[in-house]
Amino acid sequence: MNKSRSNKAWFLVLPVVLLVAFSAVVPLMTVVNYSIQDIFDVNTRIYVGTEWYREILSDPRLQDSLVRQFIFSGAVLLIEIPLGIAVALMMPKTGNWSVVTLLVLALPLLVPLNVVGTIWQIFGRADIGLFGWALNEMGMNYNYAANPMDAWFTVLLMDVWHWTSLVALLAYSGLRAIPDAYYQAASIDRASSWAVFRYIQLPKLKSVLLIGVLLRFMDSFMIYTEPFVLTGGGPGNSTTFLSQALTKMAVGQFDIGPAGAFSIIYFLIILLVSWLFYTAMTHGDSK
Amino acid sequence: MNKRKTLGLSLYILFLLLPLYWLLMMSFKSNQEILGGLTFWPNDFTFANYTTIFTDASWYMGYINSIYYVSLNMVISLIVALPAAYAFSRFRFIGDNHLFFWLLTNRMAPPAVFLLPFFQLYSSVGLFDTHIGVALAHCLFNVPLAVWILEGFMSGVPREIDETAYIDGYSFPKFFMKIFIPLISSGIGVTAFFCFMFSWIELLLARTLTSVSAKPIAAVMTRTVSASGIDWGVLAAAGVLTILPGMLVIWFVRNHVAKGFALGRV
Repeated sequence: MNKSRSNKAWFLVLPVVLLVAFSAVVPLMTVVNYSIQDIFDVNTRIYVGTEWYREILSDPRLQDSLVRQFIFSGAVLLIEIPLGIAVALMMPKTGNWSVVTLLVLALPLLVPLNVVGTIWQIFGRADIGLFGWALNEMGMNYNYAANPMDAWFTVLLMDVWHWTSLVALLAYSGLRAIPDAYYQAASIDRASSWAVFRYIQLPKLKSVLLIGVLLRFMDSFMIYTEPFVLTGGGPGNSTTFLSQALTKMAVGQFDIGPAGAFSIIYFLIILLVSWLFYTAMTHGDSK
Repeated sequence: MNKRKTLGLSLYILFLLLPLYWLLMMSFKSNQEILGGLTFWPNDFTFANYTTIFTDASWYMGYINSIYYVSLNMVISLIVALPAAYAFSRFRFIGDNHLFFWLLTNRMAPPAVFLLPFFQLYSSVGLFDTHIGVALAHCLFNVPLAVWILEGFMSGVPREIDETAYIDGYSFPKFFMKIFIPLISSGIGVTAFFCFMFSWIELLLARTLTSVSAKPIAAVMTRTVSASGIDWGVLAAAGVLTILPGMLVIWFVRNHVAKGFALGRV
């Protein structure tokens, strides 16, 4: 769409800029301030430069949780994006059933994060939960509180349960936007259903999938509450992800300087990876 | 082919609903029954867990607090995002692309990063433990998202409509309220749904920025854990009650959301 040039439009965006400046820029500057100083009390601050950054980069707490975080986010994307597309393809296109499916799919999205943790905490227990009980009845020695592999499995399953719907709803909306003429042309050409998917549906889904991938990446990379409620980051540290490691450092031990440096590095990684996804997925659009 | 689709979808829906069913059934059981063995239907159907919540102000105030700050957040997000999204969809201005990208970067900021500075900033300006404080903090991730979604919907409305309205003598505010907003009502419905969702489910910031008077339900729920063990029944009932407002919201915006999704602009 050709847009008209008008700098008066700044007045329309001004409220957003002011609001976000208050709730993002000021706090972010405070974090930067923490990360370059050693603060003893309000009046005693020593400028330490990049010391905290060097300390935190060689800190195993950051390194270990960073590795876990990347494995987790990678697994989440690899499972949820294909599964979400598959669910969207299976959904009825019109009629009352499509509304009902939409509503049911939206249901897990509206469960508060800590309740998601609680639901799976109960559901996975061998004594009072259906899921844990069933697995143990089948002869598997499943216990998410004691066995790291089981804990990982449960955290992943919980995330798939909670968020695949988001991808499915986005993909569904993308599929609905494809005009019928495309399908008619494909059926005249006797295209197989795989060809329809590969050459018609998938390319048309690209823009909504970009949103889906970005949102899922960001949110899985910031995950805190669900594993905190379910396993408390354990057993050991096996499900301690970045946000929990950071919160432990900042609020638990009150190491403000290192926590500030940790925060900046954390934020920069998310920005970098999101930018990579964005560039990779929009590459070729401008050609 | 169609049978396979229906079967696959049914299995997925079963996977979604089973944990919720388990929570719902548990909320009607007494703790003895919960710990006494697995039952698919409560033997001894009881509302005692719900009574505990509805007769204790420190319990049900948690729900009121949560609903209050989530509604505030929805209203603030929409009010500031609507004109901004209009500007991004209709005009070119100095720094527009940079500004749009900068807004989106705020959606990428982990709440854990902002925990301490928010706490200090809000304490110093008197916003700590207020509903408006939590609502403003949640704007951090909801406003960029609202601008993003609304911009998509607005770009789908032809420019000619704006121009015709101006030729007919409409002023900008009148045009915006009378003509433009009704045209993108589905978009507003979808945006409201997403703002509600992300604000309602967030716990970390809401818990850190409140202590007593604006304490969210998610933080109140932690008190089911005591020295004598976990009160599973009440925990399950509280969990069920946190899902209900969301179901109400979906029910009210269902047509908008279905239409918004059907238009393929989310």
